[in-house]
Amino acid sequence: MNGVDGAAALLEAMTERLASGDRFAGLFGSGAPTKGVTITGMLATSEDVELLDAELAPGAVRYPTMSREIKPAFWYERALHDLFGVVAENHPRLDPLILPHDEQYDPLPCPGASSSPDRVVPDERAIPQRVLGTGVFTIPHGPVRSGVFESVEYVIETPGEDIPHLNVRPYAKHRGVQNRFQDLSVHHGMLLAERVEGVASVAHALAYAHAVERLAGVTVPPAAALVRVVHAELERIANHLDVAMKLADAAGLAVAVARFGLHKERCLRLIGAMCGSRFGRGVVLPGGVTAVPRMPPAHLRARLDALAEGIRGDADALMDTPSFLDRLRGTGSLSHEQARVHGALGPVGRASGVYDDARWVRPYDAYPRLEPVVGDRRGGDDAMARLQVRWEEVNDSVALIRQATELLELAGGDSLRVPLRVPAGRAVGWAEAPQGEVLYVVAVNDDGRIERCAPRSASFHNLAVFASTFRGDVLTDFPFIEASFGLSIAGAVL
Amino acid sequence: MPWVFRGLREGIVTTRYPRRPDHYANSFPARVVPREDPPSEDGDLGRLCPTGAISTGPVRVDAGRCVLCGLCVRERPDVFEWRPGSETATLRRSGLSVPPLEEDDDQLDRVRTALAERTRAFRRSIHVRHVDAGSDGTEEWEILALLNPVYDVHRLGIFFTPSPRHADVLLLTGAGAHGMAEPVRRSLEATPRPAVVIAAGVDAISGGLLAPSYAVSAGVGELADVDIWVPGAPPSPFSLLFALLLAMGRLPEESGRAR
Repeated sequence: MNGVDGAAALLEAMTERLASGDRFAGLFGSGAPTKGVTITGMLATSEDVELLDAELAPGAVRYPTMSREIKPAFWYERALHDLFGVVAENHPRLDPLILPHDEQYDPLPCPGASSSPDRVVPDERAIPQRVLGTGVFTIPHGPVRSGVFESVEYVIETPGEDIPHLNVRPYAKHRGVQNRFQDLSVHHGMLLAERVEGVASVAHALAYAHAVERLAGVTVPPAAALVRVVHAELERIANHLDVAMKLADAAGLAVAVARFGLHKERCLRLIGAMCGSRFGRGVVLPGGVTAVPRMPPAHLRARLDALAEGIRGDADALMDTPSFLDRLRGTGSLSHEQARVHGALGPVGRASGVYDDARWVRPYDAYPRLEPVVGDRRGGDDAMARLQVRWEEVNDSVALIRQATELLELAGGDSLRVPLRVPAGRAVGWAEAPQGEVLYVVAVNDDGRIERCAPRSASFHNLAVFASTFRGDVLTDFPFIEASFGLSIAGAVL
Repeated sequence: MPWVFRGLREGIVTTRYPRRPDHYANSFPARVVPREDPPSEDGDLGRLCPTGAISTGPVRVDAGRCVLCGLCVRERPDVFEWRPGSETATLRRSGLSVPPLEEDDDQLDRVRTALAERTRAFRRSIHVRHVDAGSDGTEEWEILALLNPVYDVHRLGIFFTPSPRHADVLLLTGAGAHGMAEPVRRSLEATPRPAVVIAAGVDAISGGLLAPSYAVSAGVGELADVDIWVPGAPPSPFSLLFALLLAMGRLPEESGRAR
């Protein structure tokens, strides 16, 4: 870990590294301003994720903004302000994001500090109300929206049809997850990691486990690594089916919605039959997995093949339905340049030609043993391209699960777990969730308890770029663009 | 047109629950309970649970706190076991403990009668408004699953409505984030009476692993008066369906009585 003295030096170091080809992966803080907040930048390199620290002096609440030089830091600095009260000076727009509060409010959550406040209530009045332009008005959409959705408020600024500007206000369901990690044992921390972004439980569990395992200096047994892959890929299939279902719903294709809903149900039941939880919870443990799937590999493959065949038929039909495709083509376009500068993650990034899949670039668990999927693809950067990427990923996932179960058969009765002794220290772990790369920074103290755990979900990172994909799109395109991003608000506001 | 044929070719996939028992509903591992005759020493069992769902003397598991992590079953299979089944919802928070706390039968009767009185008009059809008050996203998936062809709750006269003004049932999920207190209050205010409030999932009941915290209020109980509690993390679609049928007063006699 490189120690960088002061925020200005951190900015300089980060800018330099980004120019040499590394990717900005996030920014988080630790500790309370009274004792000095530590701001940590995360950089994804070609083989690792590196952490760069900058310690603010005790009592200091101001530091020079990074968002001017490093555009994707924009949201991260807003979140820093909400949680720690530190102000990025000269920030383009330091509006509240995940926890609006009055400027003088005290005490703030300050994850990583020795104590947490009892109660912090989001204060809506802290959010500036402004609309620019003649004849422009706002349409507040949420937090209670029509349909079964997670709570989030989109404030659409529009002169009537176009969407020149969109504000995302996700704070309503801020759950204070980061503070809850503190003082948990690493094993109980795993349970919470599975609930940070429930629809990607396995990916979060993996990223968390990888951080803890790295700290302990252990490698999981080969059989456990294979079981992890099987669960992670099934989770991916379920999430991509959810996106297809929501896109079809937006287009009003009732039968298609029913078909993908049926496939998704079958996928969740398959996961449930393998481990007892429809979301793959309780499978991953720091140091391995709890058990092999509760069905013979041949049986698992048979169910998988049936599932895959059903999906393929309906996916082909969907991609051959003109009334559906017309709504996706050219909708929610995210240019390659935008995606590259922002470091867009997961299928959203890949559809815009930013190929950084943690499974293959920084491989973990059993992925190095499996046949890699060639993923650099081009052709469109819109909602359509994102759906195509997802269909390709579903096919790939099926192939990967097949390979993994075949290897698992050969592994026979190998052990599934290594004993773990976690020394004090800090480590970073990652995994590729269906939404994109998930990062966990876990710091453990001498008693083996968690001192600070900072999850960074792809949902947060990608939601920041979501608002800038509305160029030329109109109100009725909104549900398509939202569904095509496939994000979870729970993971975005923590 | 091709879509219609795609749908028809599959045949009927819809469950016949509640008229007929459903195998999946009955086999789903929905709860952790103490075994019938646990060993006499039970000193440190409470320590096994990350959310404090286990109490001792006699050994008891509070399903309203249990996040179904299964740590206790793994550590002490001689004391705890999984119990399958989906009929988990209750009319009273205290009814979620296994074995049940000292129940005042008269009082339970009164609660049941009062709800039945209120919901007499619900027997044939209800409209449900879901509000997320800080969930992890899984509850929404399981609620949405009720609309897929396997559960197809429309066949039972259950519909989801975009507006609380058309709602009979408010289905709340999540740990009760402070930021959602006001939207929940306003949704409840806009809901015509009589209304039934359901807390779906262990987060909604007690806050689960997220409480106590500066950001949530240990379940939605502090945001609204809850009529029906559905344990599970998240509750399976069948558990949710059971809760909705409970709200409609449409359960088979034997499963409805024990609530």
